[in-house]
Amino acid sequence: VDAQIETDYALASRKFEIEFQLLIEAVYQLYHYDFRDYAQASLRRRLRIAMLRFRCETLSQLQDRVMREPQMFHALLDHLTVQVSDMFRDPSYFRALREHVVPLLRTYPSLKVWVAGCSSGEEAYSLAILLREEGLLSRTLIYATDINPHTLQKAESGIYSIDRVAGFTVNHRESGARSSLSDYYTAAYGRAIFDKSLREHIVFSDHSLATDSVFAEVQMVSCRNVLIYFNKALQDRAVGLFRDSLCRQGFLGIGSKESLRFSAQAAAFADFVRQEKIYQKAEVA
Amino acid sequence: MTVEADRLQKIKAVAIGASAGGVQALLELLPVLRAEQRLAVFVVLHLPRDRPSLLVEVFAPKCILKVREAQDKEPVADGTVFFAPPNYHLLLDAGPQFALSADDLVNHSRPSIDVLFESAADIYRERLLGIILTGANEDGAAGLAAVHDAGGVTVVQEPLTAQSTQMVLSALELRTPDLVLPLAQIAELLGGLGSDTPSRLTA
Repeated sequence: VDAQIETDYALASRKFEIEFQLLIEAVYQLYHYDFRDYAQASLRRRLRIAMLRFRCETLSQLQDRVMREPQMFHALLDHLTVQVSDMFRDPSYFRALREHVVPLLRTYPSLKVWVAGCSSGEEAYSLAILLREEGLLSRTLIYATDINPHTLQKAESGIYSIDRVAGFTVNHRESGARSSLSDYYTAAYGRAIFDKSLREHIVFSDHSLATDSVFAEVQMVSCRNVLIYFNKALQDRAVGLFRDSLCRQGFLGIGSKESLRFSAQAAAFADFVRQEKIYQKAEVA
Repeated sequence: MTVEADRLQKIKAVAIGASAGGVQALLELLPVLRAEQRLAVFVVLHLPRDRPSLLVEVFAPKCILKVREAQDKEPVADGTVFFAPPNYHLLLDAGPQFALSADDLVNHSRPSIDVLFESAADIYRERLLGIILTGANEDGAAGLAAVHDAGGVTVVQEPLTAQSTQMVLSALELRTPDLVLPLAQIAELLGGLGSDTPSRLTA
């Protein structure tokens, strides 16, 4: 009996694996979203959650619906790109930007910053607020990019649920704030609406680190907790895009538990604030 | 309740989940492990999400095995205890290697025991031993069920000996584990893994 159970389990796993590859391939061919080089463990988990949510017994059933109902694809995309962040997440990262990166950013007459994988915009608004506090926002343009048009729309609206704002406020204060977060939003009907004057310095746009190329020269890239969802090949591609986008001695910030150590592009960057995973583009030897 | 020796002989990795009271419980278990057992050990211990973890500093001096915080894309090494970093889910991926995720909380937790156990069960199947220890929430129950369904060996701390019982009771509710043991006997079980003469454990 035990052997039989094992076989059934192994067979079920193998079928899931095949269906998984087929679904990812179908999404790529039909909708041109490329998840083929995403880290599989997280993607598998997200697909299992999507199966439950859409009441599909198998990935084949899910694939059938995704292929025939475009709105179903967009619902799935929300599951595959689900990303939760807070404003000023990891306050020490933002403090390090203030203390070590801002003084160098000041030397540029105009600034461009790329928030890659901006999801619903928390990081982009946090940087805009920080740069305003440091007197740099007026000469800055922030490119905030993501692959999910739905989250981009949400990000562009700059509206967050008011119960998240208490946490944002604590983070902001710990980031070395020079003002009160409440200076930047209006509260109404259980929501916090962030200031238009911040949004005027942010361009939200559709960009895929898997399939698109460099679109601007920037002084800084912030891409936190995005690379963990990629496999090594895609990580290398993404970090290569950052290298090619950054100006000479430009800055790259990644997530606190991410590292360029295993990356093929490691040599293109030098530690700048090691503890906070802030790198500086290295001079070509 | 017994586990056949041949099932224990297959074990190559141990996944442990704990919450309230977990540090103390782990201090009874992890120091018994020896490098020659060639086991990889994965631990999720619920901790505050907003500060760095001191687990490595606490456990390294007390353990024979190497003790580290798992990093994204890092290959799994045996003879090592890997803790999940605070505020990230820890997953096992093909390789085997580690993957981190910043996905939403699961059972109000990040890292979540369910996330670790489910992904480790996918990769290790009958080569995985899953252990649920003391804790005050329901995280880990679904994960241990996944280990069970994948053919792995499952162990739950005897509830009367757990500092907080909810986690072990939730695990017991979902599936009947292979073994329900007090800490001292879990330590004995762990100490016997991977060696030439694995003890046939009875409880």
